[in-house]
Amino acid sequence: MDVFSSLMDGFATALTPMNFLYAVIGVVLGTAVGVLPGLGPAMTVALLLPVTYALEPTSAFIMFAGIYYGGMYGGSTTSILLNTPGESSSVVTAIEGNKMAKAGRAAQALATAAIGSFVAGTIGTTLLAVCAPIVVQFAVSLGSPSYFAIMVLALLAVTAVLGSSRLRGFAALGLGLAIGLVGMDSVTGQQRLTFGMPLLADGLDIVVVAVAIFAVGEALWVAAHLRRTPLHVIPVGRPWMGKQDWKRSWKPWLRGTAFGFPFGALPAGGAEIPTFLSYVTEKRLSKHPEEFGHGAIEGVAGPEAANNAAAAGTLTPMLALGLPTNATAAVMLAAFTSYGIQPGPQLFASQGPLVWALIASLFIGNLLLLIINLPLAPLWAKLLQLPRPYLYAGILFFATLGAYSVNLQAFDLVILLVLGALGFMMRRFGLPVLPLILGVILGPRLEGQLRKTLQLSAGNPAGLWSEPIAVGIYVIVAVILLWPLLMRLWRKARPGRSSLLPANSGAADYSD
Amino acid sequence: MSSSPTVASRLKGRSELGVALLLGAAGVMVFLDANGLATPYSKSDPVGPKTVPFIVAGLLIVCAVLLAVNVLRGGKGEAEGGEDVDLAHPADWKTILPLVGAFVANILLIDWAGWVISGTVLFWGSVWALGGRHYVRDGLISLAMSILTFYGFFLGLGIALPAGLLEGIL
Repeated sequence: MDVFSSLMDGFATALTPMNFLYAVIGVVLGTAVGVLPGLGPAMTVALLLPVTYALEPTSAFIMFAGIYYGGMYGGSTTSILLNTPGESSSVVTAIEGNKMAKAGRAAQALATAAIGSFVAGTIGTTLLAVCAPIVVQFAVSLGSPSYFAIMVLALLAVTAVLGSSRLRGFAALGLGLAIGLVGMDSVTGQQRLTFGMPLLADGLDIVVVAVAIFAVGEALWVAAHLRRTPLHVIPVGRPWMGKQDWKRSWKPWLRGTAFGFPFGALPAGGAEIPTFLSYVTEKRLSKHPEEFGHGAIEGVAGPEAANNAAAAGTLTPMLALGLPTNATAAVMLAAFTSYGIQPGPQLFASQGPLVWALIASLFIGNLLLLIINLPLAPLWAKLLQLPRPYLYAGILFFATLGAYSVNLQAFDLVILLVLGALGFMMRRFGLPVLPLILGVILGPRLEGQLRKTLQLSAGNPAGLWSEPIAVGIYVIVAVILLWPLLMRLWRKARPGRSSLLPANSGAADYSD
Repeated sequence: MSSSPTVASRLKGRSELGVALLLGAAGVMVFLDANGLATPYSKSDPVGPKTVPFIVAGLLIVCAVLLAVNVLRGGKGEAEGGEDVDLAHPADWKTILPLVGAFVANILLIDWAGWVISGTVLFWGSVWALGGRHYVRDGLISLAMSILTFYGFFLGLGIALPAGLLEGIL
């Protein structure tokens, strides 16, 4: 087994004392930022990027992996103990989780979330280790036209499928692509959107953009609407589950995993759809349907597993194709580039040891999360009581520090403030952040593939669909773009039938 | 002038039109910038540096127009919620402006006065803006944060943040 021996080498790398230490730091930090409102794993990885330049890439990525999984874990704690979920992927967990907590079953809710996350994360990571090399084998045969098509698909899918308004998604994508254009054109050396400022010639640093949009924008937005009466945190002891809880949880865990991984691995990614599907399924299959809405444990176990399996699934296209579909994966992709590592299907060949150490560290991180966090849950709950002035001042403080330390120039802080204001505006008017970040990161690579494709076809646009895979993907792209129209025809043909998924029907924006 | 009241009433509460305006302005800017590039046709790069900016400019302008139409017809972007976000009250500019003030003060001070001073100002000012009123405790925490990060970055990462006025003391 080639995969197996590579993975074992990965474990050997990831279990050296230093790398293990970074894994521990990663999961603790990740859980903390996942628990704390206003902070998320994407922003944390972005903030740590400049700090980790001094590290070995392998150690840095082991830490990032810990933050990635830890963030998912922490998010569920918040949504169970507070009634407002922080991330869109934990919205569903909050429905039943918070009801359970209010009914005095917070410990069981946290336990089923934690153990379910572990089960789903472990299965998901195993699937990642098995699937990614297969995807790579398939991907190395693809040429520029197919890559261009896949990137177009990823951008459009994330923009059009996720979020509540397609129009606002595309607006955010356009802004992101425009930000990605700033700087010297890689082929001709022409300066674009630099307005004669030499400091802009190298383009906007992705750390500065990500920190501005995620951290500064968020801190300003929360500051504008800061809750004056603190939320009530439900006190909790050590998570545990009784026999009955185990019996009712294990099937939802497995079903949630089955929903989560494939959706995570798709270019549209996202955990919203699988968590919702898992919730609906559990409600239907449950022997206690009357408990749903009043704290049914299945409604926490399934969606949480789906959420974590989707997180593992997302890493498949990220590692195998260089295609991120959520914010944290996007920032990790940017991290690869800043270490001088070229993401894409060559990654497994050129950086094999690093990739396998990363995958091994995901297994380790998962286990660590379970061991560390079950006893620490009461402590995490205390973290929620951190005075808000300190929390948001701290976010601004570290955002400034992180952005400044990239180039040590105050000019970056001006950019940070301007883009932070943009992030504020986007939150105010409902423009999704993810399409913007993906536009900034994928835009330049997309342009590179486009130019390579047309160079090969000597300027003939037919070169764009010269590979069968590319043609197939354009068909999918067309379906996604025309989806609202198709839905309307469908509804006309069958009136009175409503879709199971209430969200994601951007149709409203196009119908008028 | 008969139409002006209706226009005014239509514009009221439609601050989202500003977003459309911004998108449009960004689109025009990207277009003009790309248009100003002088590139001879080259066989090795048939796409050239202009094509993608033109597409992006087009996307932005189309979005701007559609968004404007959407807003005028009553469409509304959903403001983002969160754990600490209370959308029941309007944007609190009395918090934001001092917060931005602290941020700008840091930008102006960092190279001249150094990180320890500017970082302290940033953190203390932000805490104050956000409602912290334990002046002494906040000040001590701010100073501790700045000094710790200064030495942490220098000793741990080899990144020398500017010492500024305190050069020689630190």
